[in-house]
Amino acid sequence: MADVVVPASARAAELIPARYRNPGDHFFKLVVLGLSSSIILLAVVMPVVLFIEAAPTFRAFGFMDFLTETTWDPVAAIHGAWPFVVGTLITSFGALLIAALPAIAVAIFVSEYAPKWLARVINYTVDLLAAIPSVVIGLWAIFNFAPMMRDLVYMPIYMWAIEEAEWLIPIIGAPSTYNLITATLILALMIVPYTVALSRDAIAQVPVEQREASWALGSTRWEVIRQAVLPYARTGIVAGLLLSLARGLGETMAVAMLIGNRNRMPFTLFGPAATMPSVIINEFREAVEPLHYSSTMAVGLYLFVVTIGINLLASYIQRKLSISKGVL
Amino acid sequence: MNLRARYARDRVIEGLLVFATLLVVVPLFVIIFYVIMNGFSALNFAFFTEELGSPARAMQGRPTGLVHSIVGTIVIDLIALVMAVPFGIATGIMMSEYGESPMAPVARLMTSTLNGMPAVLMGLMAYALVVKNTGGFSALAGSVALAFVMLPIIARTTESVLRVTPWSLREAGMSLGLPRWRVTTALVIPAAKAGVITGILIAFARAAGEAAPLMLTSFGNNYFTLDVTSPMDTLPQRLYSLAISPYRQWHTMGWGAAIILLLFVMVTFIVGRVIVQRMEDRLKN
Repeated sequence: MADVVVPASARAAELIPARYRNPGDHFFKLVVLGLSSSIILLAVVMPVVLFIEAAPTFRAFGFMDFLTETTWDPVAAIHGAWPFVVGTLITSFGALLIAALPAIAVAIFVSEYAPKWLARVINYTVDLLAAIPSVVIGLWAIFNFAPMMRDLVYMPIYMWAIEEAEWLIPIIGAPSTYNLITATLILALMIVPYTVALSRDAIAQVPVEQREASWALGSTRWEVIRQAVLPYARTGIVAGLLLSLARGLGETMAVAMLIGNRNRMPFTLFGPAATMPSVIINEFREAVEPLHYSSTMAVGLYLFVVTIGINLLASYIQRKLSISKGVL
Repeated sequence: MNLRARYARDRVIEGLLVFATLLVVVPLFVIIFYVIMNGFSALNFAFFTEELGSPARAMQGRPTGLVHSIVGTIVIDLIALVMAVPFGIATGIMMSEYGESPMAPVARLMTSTLNGMPAVLMGLMAYALVVKNTGGFSALAGSVALAFVMLPIIARTTESVLRVTPWSLREAGMSLGLPRWRVTTALVIPAAKAGVITGILIAFARAAGEAAPLMLTSFGNNYFTLDVTSPMDTLPQRLYSLAISPYRQWHTMGWGAAIILLLFVMVTFIVGRVIVQRMEDRLKN
């Protein structure tokens, strides 16, 4: 990796003849390396443990068939992850679609338009939003947001659809208080801070000269941003969007509280659904049957695979496709 | 396009950006407003002195509270912190001070990977490793799960604060003939102390708000216990159970739990910001 700086102390240590080297150095390095191998161990053990625990499910249904099976019925001992995979994809991609534009707009506003004090206030506010526990947001949404949206938005739309647009009914379904769209909206609110922070970082990496050149050509402020700042920051922003998507995939509590927890497809927009994390939270504690238990673990393994895939893709994009080729 | 039209477009874009910013910022204040408004009325003396007990207790209007969840949160989170801190800081030191080691890039990749992992998976891990092997849900298993959550956060923040301490500091130490480990422990760490503590604080605050891993490990308990080998209650996981319960009285208590969690997170957030701000100011001078 290009960004590893070999400390001066490391080079100096190699120059010292062995007999003058400090024995404490050896010991300290051993302790530090020993303790820090824990994190590598943790990351390696995680998929292994999940796989071992999920093994009975994969033996019973097959690795790919478990993924594509649409029935999840613990009583009949049939388990398939497909409804949860679909639910997760809809909520997280939906949330990203909703969150992306406003989040990038906030990042542009704080780094290019807002005066310093205002930028600082907005940054603090957004960071605080990221710090609020998921359950607290879920609680607020259960008692305020979800009932309000049902009465003021979903019901009128449903009523209108019955009268005017019959074809919409199979898509939106009958409104329930806890449903797919509410969970998606709250999820969007929860990933916005990450998208803002990562886009902000990407924009901060744009060299001042880049902006100055554009100013010198007589651009207005927006033209500077559009022609000089955004193209340079683009890869960073895309990587940030992917990382936000990974956040959304794994978000558990607020979604479990709001999505209504229905294990059967087809899902409708205004009807209940389920996601991979939500089914783990809802069923794990009651999973007495070995197959039921291993199936929730298998869902966990899928979640792991998807998350790691997106994270690696994001870091690949950041490193290889950026204008600076990962030097920055 | 003439100049006036270009300026006009500039103004329109600026308006849109301001609108988007409001759209993002306003919900935060709405949430804080509702939690504080509903939470304060839920707080009373009994809330901090009584345990929850059965639903009947709340329905009959007998005093109930969440003292067992508050104490449980403190116990579980502190044990998790004690477990995570040595490993996390050591990893941070390794990635920053032993950057030439072949382990460093691997650890960096693993740290960022674990940082992006959903906390619920940490709960599944701790269940498979601890709960299954010890024969039951326990507070200790919860601490292990939270330690998994804290570890990569502490490692990453420690690495980044150690990296911004000036190289001249290390060179000064070396030129005095200090061995490398003394340079790290006596010069680099003390200089970066405030930042390292902030990182630990951030990790603590994040773990304190996590419900998912605890639901699979420490499980929850309606009664007071200090026995770390038995199921124990925590605020976030209790908040979830209260919120989805059918009892109106429990919903009110849920708001009470929410305000305590929110205040805790906001205090740690502000303290962390103040420390970081002071560090930045000092670096500038």
